[in-house]
Amino acid sequence: MAAQMSDAHRRFLQVLMSHGIMEGAEARKLHRCCCEISKAYYAQDKLDDFVSTINNQLQPLFMQIRKGMSEVDGRTHYALVNMAETEITKMASDYAENELELFRKTMDLIILSENGFASSTDILNSADQLKTKKMKKKEAEQVLKIFVDDKWLSERNGEYTLHTRCIMEMEQYILSTYPDIAKKCNICHSLAIQSQACETCGTGMHLPCVGKYFKTQSRPRCPQCNDFWPYEIPDRSRIDSQSSSRRVSRRELQSL
Amino acid sequence: MAGRRLPAAEIWGRFNGCWRHWMSQRKRSRGSGLTQGDDEDFSVVPTQSPSQVQRNLESRSQEEINRKVTELVQFLLVKDQKKIPIKRVDILKKVIREYKDVYSEIVNRAGRTLQQVFGLQMVEIDTKHHIYILTSTLPRVEGENLKQDIQTAKLGLLIVILSFIFMKGNSAKDSAVWEFLRRLRVHPGEKHEVFGDVKKLVMEEFVRQKYLEITPIPLTDPPEFNFQWGPRAAKETSKKDILSFVAKMQKKEPSFWISQYNEAKANT
Repeated sequence: MAAQMSDAHRRFLQVLMSHGIMEGAEARKLHRCCCEISKAYYAQDKLDDFVSTINNQLQPLFMQIRKGMSEVDGRTHYALVNMAETEITKMASDYAENELELFRKTMDLIILSENGFASSTDILNSADQLKTKKMKKKEAEQVLKIFVDDKWLSERNGEYTLHTRCIMEMEQYILSTYPDIAKKCNICHSLAIQSQACETCGTGMHLPCVGKYFKTQSRPRCPQCNDFWPYEIPDRSRIDSQSSSRRVSRRELQSL
Repeated sequence: MAGRRLPAAEIWGRFNGCWRHWMSQRKRSRGSGLTQGDDEDFSVVPTQSPSQVQRNLESRSQEEINRKVTELVQFLLVKDQKKIPIKRVDILKKVIREYKDVYSEIVNRAGRTLQQVFGLQMVEIDTKHHIYILTSTLPRVEGENLKQDIQTAKLGLLIVILSFIFMKGNSAKDSAVWEFLRRLRVHPGEKHEVFGDVKKLVMEEFVRQKYLEITPIPLTDPPEFNFQWGPRAAKETSKKDILSFVAKMQKKEPSFWISQYNEAKANT
């Protein structure tokens, strides 16, 4: 049933690996390019099958091309993730002890925060208290830039959150390390770093999921406790309707 | 960045376009990686007869060996993504460890996996110190999917330097290179909008990644340096590609430069 691994697959994997993460549209384009270059059979819209073939080979290596949703725009992304250990081991081979400690502290701040963001001030202050080896503010700033370049963190207006790639790779780790604090989206049941949460019952949802869920409702109400949803609903037109890998079915919507 | 190549012409096109304002260079502290405390000498690989290797293999379970192969593959990939050449010493110390006696088997299987799954191979670029890089075994192609970012810009700069070196007869003095780059508004003394500390990028990062080889010219005061292609440049691009890039830029035929043309032809 599964196709054979070919140069088209290998080329796709090499490019995806160097990017780390790719948007769905980009990945589909790459799929077509790789098949054309290798003169392999190109099955349009069968990117997921193509990826499965690669994943069969990656599985014994504890790696996987995973599909996930960006918390920002709801678009599907493909990322090559490491599934070997539950710790931050893929990063571990590349960063110094104190850099890893800074990352863990940043992750703590992000997950404990209301909005899923940690201010650079807070992060830099924690750099001063590292147990492994203290870091000066300037050095910490550069380390943060490296984390952004390497797509573990995302920066917006001087605040940091986890990059989509990081969330996709570390979802299991985060859920098991922060069992009571890490939030899950009520709609798609994935980890939610940035979310809107009901003030009454605490039910949380990704912003793109909120946009999709309330698309059919004129007076948004919490799916759990039915209280009025107090927030602005994210602009639906910005959300890719093809995005989420976990589509909310009509039945699911009606049962909520 | 692009798969594994230096697609000269395309990178130059983007490099020449508007650069995004990028933050300054990275200061890398040494990654400590996995920690272990044994005192074994990891610079030496035991030489063994095939039958001895076979016996050693049989004393280890398939599962144990597979695990080591997987660890080695991951180790190689992570290092290579950062374009850090991989030392055999590190492979032994950080991955192989107590499985030294079946080192060759683990490396061979890792090599097969790299080829089968990723289309990559280990290439030794320093036979004395046993240092490796990964290169692609897939057929080269122009115009591969490129990520528009600092990596692309850096590669653009690199290609320009490689071209200059090649056209100068495979070796150029640092003063000539900087003079040439000055015309592109890249100065070693000034902080560059995109590259930051250009001198550091060219003389340290590109050298560490084995794209350039920069050697001091003896008996020069102030010290002068000789620029040549590094072993990774030779593996990831070719004289033919670089010459056709130069030709495109100058809107001439590659054969216009007779000696470089012949050299490029002989090189393929």
